[in-house]
Amino acid sequence: MSRIHVNTTVNGDAVDFLCEPDETLLDALRNRLGLTGSKEGCGTGDCGACSVTLDGRLVCSCLVLAAEAEGRAVGTIEGMAEGEALHPLQQKFIEHAALQCGVCTPGILVAAKALLEKNPDPTETEVRYWLAGNLCRCTGYDKIIRAVMDTAADLRRA
Amino acid sequence: MRFEVATSVADAVRLLAAEPGTARVLAGGTDVLVQLRSGMVEPALVVDIKRIAGMRDIVAEAGGFRIGAAVSGAELGEHAGVRAMWPGVVEAMELIGSTQVQGRATLAGNLCNASPAADSVPAMVAAEAVARVAGPDGERDVPVAAIPSGPGRTTLARGEFITSIFLPARPARSSDAYLRFIPRTEMDIAVCSAGVSLTLGADGTCTAARVALGAVAPTVVLVPEAGAALVGTTLGTEALDALAAACAAAAKPIDDKRGTVAFRKKVAGVLARRATIIAAERARAEA
Repeated sequence: MSRIHVNTTVNGDAVDFLCEPDETLLDALRNRLGLTGSKEGCGTGDCGACSVTLDGRLVCSCLVLAAEAEGRAVGTIEGMAEGEALHPLQQKFIEHAALQCGVCTPGILVAAKALLEKNPDPTETEVRYWLAGNLCRCTGYDKIIRAVMDTAADLRRA
Repeated sequence: MRFEVATSVADAVRLLAAEPGTARVLAGGTDVLVQLRSGMVEPALVVDIKRIAGMRDIVAEAGGFRIGAAVSGAELGEHAGVRAMWPGVVEAMELIGSTQVQGRATLAGNLCNASPAADSVPAMVAAEAVARVAGPDGERDVPVAAIPSGPGRTTLARGEFITSIFLPARPARSSDAYLRFIPRTEMDIAVCSAGVSLTLGADGTCTAARVALGAVAPTVVLVPEAGAALVGTTLGTEALDALAAACAAAAKPIDDKRGTVAFRKKVAGVLARRATIIAAERARAEA
């Protein structure tokens, strides 16, 4: 198999890498670019641990071929904090203890950020449906939902 | 596996037709990537059609809408025009998978995956949607109902692929609705489903109706007897009972872990009845 040379943008930075034709974007992010924040949970688009944005649209990076990223803009969890300053969602997740093992957390943060950009004032039901594709086996979800709702309220006041 | 990015419809057809082994068309990839990674298919060639002009566009045409084969569920749901004209098709598409899946999944892909439980397909069949198919012999327009031939199989020939789905114009006081039964509230596959599209006359009499069922046969099925049970009525209890009976009779489901034959036959009628009521409310609100 001949490798494919991909030029893309990750968290605002131009990057390039070589990948196999059947390699997923998730594997390229983790193994080619060293961005191991995005996790592989199921590999079938059910768990959301690999959530990233592609041209601003929330997707499962396990269901995207790395070669498809050519010329597109990828956003990952690594792009969320600004240096040492955590994103408000990250801060709230800590305050609410909205995580335990942490494997689902990067995907949930990326997904929640995409929600608040689209809808700054979501109802609890809207948050729960938006995050239905992000599985968490530790928290029982309530703390996650509260952290997202609390962040949204704070950002609306800001 | 080779990965090719098609630059035009002709380019994609040429690539697909020239491949002697298994080829797969890649739009949203939410089914193709799962099959690829599980080893269910080992394609020699994957052709990405997303960069072909028009594939990601929704265009008004002849009073209806032409939806490019790579338009995602999220993009479809954000289109006010399609939402207003075909709310049942939009709500069916939006039921597929998670927010993440919605960012990529497409109507054309849901159709070509050919699952009997595909959510958007009963709604498209009820809507009399037409798939535009490109292939080595040029373009042809095929009713959506004629694309699936069995679970995971379609009537598309080698080298052919769907370039767009056309949702036709509607008369006044027309609308549609789609309902499915799942044991959860989200992220599940239909145990049974129903799509209904109808038109009401000025006096409220139903003048046209199409009813399609999902997950009760090897393919999504159109049930002409169910539509006929509604036409000429004001959608009262008698008409809805006849509709439900026609759906139960037309349903030829299997017993499996998600539901029994008896349950699916019963629920097919219940869902068709409820979808009819919703579609009628929407049609009246439209007037």
